[in-house]
Amino acid sequence: MSYAVKNLAQGSRELIAFRIGDQEFCVNIMSVREIRGWTPATPMPHAPPYVMGIINLRGAVLPIVDLSARLGMQEAEPSARHVIIVAQVKSRIVGLLVEAVSDILTITEENIQPVPEISSDLEKQYARGILAIDKRMICMIELDALFPEKESEAA
Amino acid sequence: MDMNEIKEIFFQECEEQLAELESGLLKLNDGDRDPETVNAVFRAVHSIKGGAGAFGLDDLVAFAHVFETTLDCVRSGKLEPGQDVLKVMLKSADVLADLVSASRDGGSVDESRTRGLVKELEALAHGELPSASGHDAPKPAAKPAPAAAPAPKAETPKPTDDSGFQPIPFTFDGFGEEEEPVIEGSTYEVVFKPRRELYSKGNEAALLLRDLSRVGEMSIACDTDALLDLDKMDPEESYFSWKISVKTTKSEDDIRVVFEFAEWDCDLEVKFADEASSDEEQPMRPVPFDLSILDDAPSAEDEDKQAEHGSDQTVAEAVSAAETATSIAKAAGAAARAAERKESAAAAAAAAQNNAAAAAASAGQTIRVDLDRVDRLINLVGELVINQAMLSQSVIENDATGTSSINMGLEELQQLTREIQDSVMAIRAQPVKPVFQRMSRIVREVADMVGKQIRLVTEGENTEVDKTVIDKLAEPLTHMIRNAVDHGIESPEKREAAGKNPEGTIKLTAKHRSGRILIELQDDGAGINRERVRQKAIDNDIIAADANLSDDEIDNLIFMAGFSTADKISDISGRGVGMDVVKRSIQALGGRISISSRPGFGSTFTMSLPLTLAVLDGMVVTVAGQTLVVPLTAIVETLQPEASAIHSFGASQRLISIRNSFCPLVDVGRVLNYRSTQANPVEGVALLVESEGGGQRALMVDAIQGQRQVVIKSLEANYTHVPGIAAATILGDGRVALILDVDAVVAASRGQSLRPEMSLAATG
Repeated sequence: MSYAVKNLAQGSRELIAFRIGDQEFCVNIMSVREIRGWTPATPMPHAPPYVMGIINLRGAVLPIVDLSARLGMQEAEPSARHVIIVAQVKSRIVGLLVEAVSDILTITEENIQPVPEISSDLEKQYARGILAIDKRMICMIELDALFPEKESEAA
Repeated sequence: MDMNEIKEIFFQECEEQLAELESGLLKLNDGDRDPETVNAVFRAVHSIKGGAGAFGLDDLVAFAHVFETTLDCVRSGKLEPGQDVLKVMLKSADVLADLVSASRDGGSVDESRTRGLVKELEALAHGELPSASGHDAPKPAAKPAPAAAPAPKAETPKPTDDSGFQPIPFTFDGFGEEEEPVIEGSTYEVVFKPRRELYSKGNEAALLLRDLSRVGEMSIACDTDALLDLDKMDPEESYFSWKISVKTTKSEDDIRVVFEFAEWDCDLEVKFADEASSDEEQPMRPVPFDLSILDDAPSAEDEDKQAEHGSDQTVAEAVSAAETATSIAKAAGAAARAAERKESAAAAAAAAQNNAAAAAASAGQTIRVDLDRVDRLINLVGELVINQAMLSQSVIENDATGTSSINMGLEELQQLTREIQDSVMAIRAQPVKPVFQRMSRIVREVADMVGKQIRLVTEGENTEVDKTVIDKLAEPLTHMIRNAVDHGIESPEKREAAGKNPEGTIKLTAKHRSGRILIELQDDGAGINRERVRQKAIDNDIIAADANLSDDEIDNLIFMAGFSTADKISDISGRGVGMDVVKRSIQALGGRISISSRPGFGSTFTMSLPLTLAVLDGMVVTVAGQTLVVPLTAIVETLQPEASAIHSFGASQRLISIRNSFCPLVDVGRVLNYRSTQANPVEGVALLVESEGGGQRALMVDAIQGQRQVVIKSLEANYTHVPGIAAATILGDGRVALILDVDAVVAASRGQSLRPEMSLAATG
């Protein structure tokens, strides 16, 4: 613990990296509440395709989002190996379905490279930078941008 | 703690005091002449006045003072609390409540009404004084000023001058001595050491000392020894204490009364001076002291309407004194019987003051808890129950023999969790009393406005129900009470002509009935005029002119939208938004309302409400492979449709014939987009529901799983409102099921689309 605190004090931060398909993404560890296994979700009527439904998280109703579909990739076929990252997005808690959690990264600002110009609109909206770690490419995404509080904010 | 927080606490306490005040006055109105009731009423007003003074709420202080003065006359027996007097007092309580809320929310009050009442109160206080003072004991109420004491004018706080109140100075020099058992000129040593809590609660030592100065002649010395250097000082700490010697004709209790509201926040010693000099360190001398206190206690109760804390202390002193006496007697080995006698005397004293003690106990043993914390606890316990059910399930599946000790342990766990759940739910439960009390005020005001004499009788006001239900109950109940006063009860003339008591009675009762709360509103008025209701319904196109309706059906017409039978639109009710609004708000609470009426004898409205909004009785159904919960209150009946009963209507609509009337079929699976094709009604079950508009619809579901109580979980907290879905719940297997919003689904079937409006849907 003291190690982490020392590191963080030097302007670095910690990220959780996870895998969707053959790509890796990461989010700020501070927004992650817990990581849990996949349980079948209750589908919601009139929900967009990437909202898989809701599950019971210790008495609270937690919406599950297929992050793959949300990022414009193909819809996930959830299995027991999938995990749910329970994340705080502004005032709400959302479950993100991903294939696996791969790493916990401690990085500093200089590790982050800007998003290349070729990005599509969708990627521009959520991607906040790219990390090159051990020859891997990890895309850092901003959850607040993926799930705006109100519909109007998204426009 | 800043000033606003303190002020907020004051206002919260005001609410309680006002409730106390009103219930006390109503008790007096019912003929209760218990001095403790009068005291409670007086204390309530006095506390409000005291607190208001600390916050500089002059209007409030001024009115409370006049009110208090008049109550004082009642307390001292100078003013008989008859019906007329109490009427003024109840009105005054209402005005006081208005002033409090005006002070809190910055609204305005009806000045002329306040002034009028001030006059009435003064008239009461003055009118009765001369005749009463001749024979009544001028004990603490009138605060007789002994010759040596400061001028009696000092008793009257200034703000009253604004309201034009002129106190009449009077003294009882003539007979003060014969009434007072205390020898004139006795001296008490008072050591008063405030703690920091005293100041943080907004009390002020100077004001207390000033009050003390009115008890008698006093000399005072301030002890500043505890004072630290300026740089070490805590600005909120209390450093001073005072030694006061008071020369007075009054008793020790009168001195203690001054510190009544500060008692718990200061170290207070009151000693008879002679005694103090001889026995400095011992506040209570064993035997002689206890004898005197035992003799005093019952008589103190009879004559002296002393304050609650004071009397409690007397009991405590008496008991501890008796204990001392007992031990002494044992040591002596001879006077055991005498000690027993003392004990029984102490018990008698305690019994005599039972009321005061009981009141103190019921008022004292509560804590304020943030509602969020309770809700969190309820959530967790709900989760515990589900978890326990899941655990039991998996143990049963894995333990074929069923004999293991795990099974027994699980059973106990199950009982415990149920008990915990019940107790936690009980925390949120509150008596309906506050709502009922508010109603008594509405009855008074509306009755005054329409010139009727009406008495509100409440029963079962301690019936407990969830706080959220109570909060939402007030509005429909107010509406119904207004209706009952305005339309239900006839004018006094009409009542007399009908051979009834000119004073009408409205009875409001609450009781528990099979897991729900039943609230009945009964008036002894004229009952429903069925001819007129029928005519009105025909005029307003609610029913056909030749419709054949039973009496009951006619009575229930008043719940239809846009119905009002009052001949003239009055200020109070009859604005066209009537009982239909009441019915809808009751239904929104998951309740039902019905009416029964006997012409000439009055009407009874019966509301049945769930005890809590946290749980709901639902029917668990299956739709397109999904489990849904339909609120039971919405369901009228369930039926298995036959192929011959289904009729196509237009391109896509289907109707089902139920006892020769046609009812539209709504396929829930279609409305919620669970499936794209219409289900075959013959394979499913139809739930006949009544929706907001009053129309009936048959909801098609695939199967009924059963009926159970479910815990309501908000969807909005982490997701968003979903059209057609009211909330979610967690079933015994830990999965989430959705609770159907029947009204929205029915509305959707009428062509209003269920438009998704979710933020998680936002793409960009």
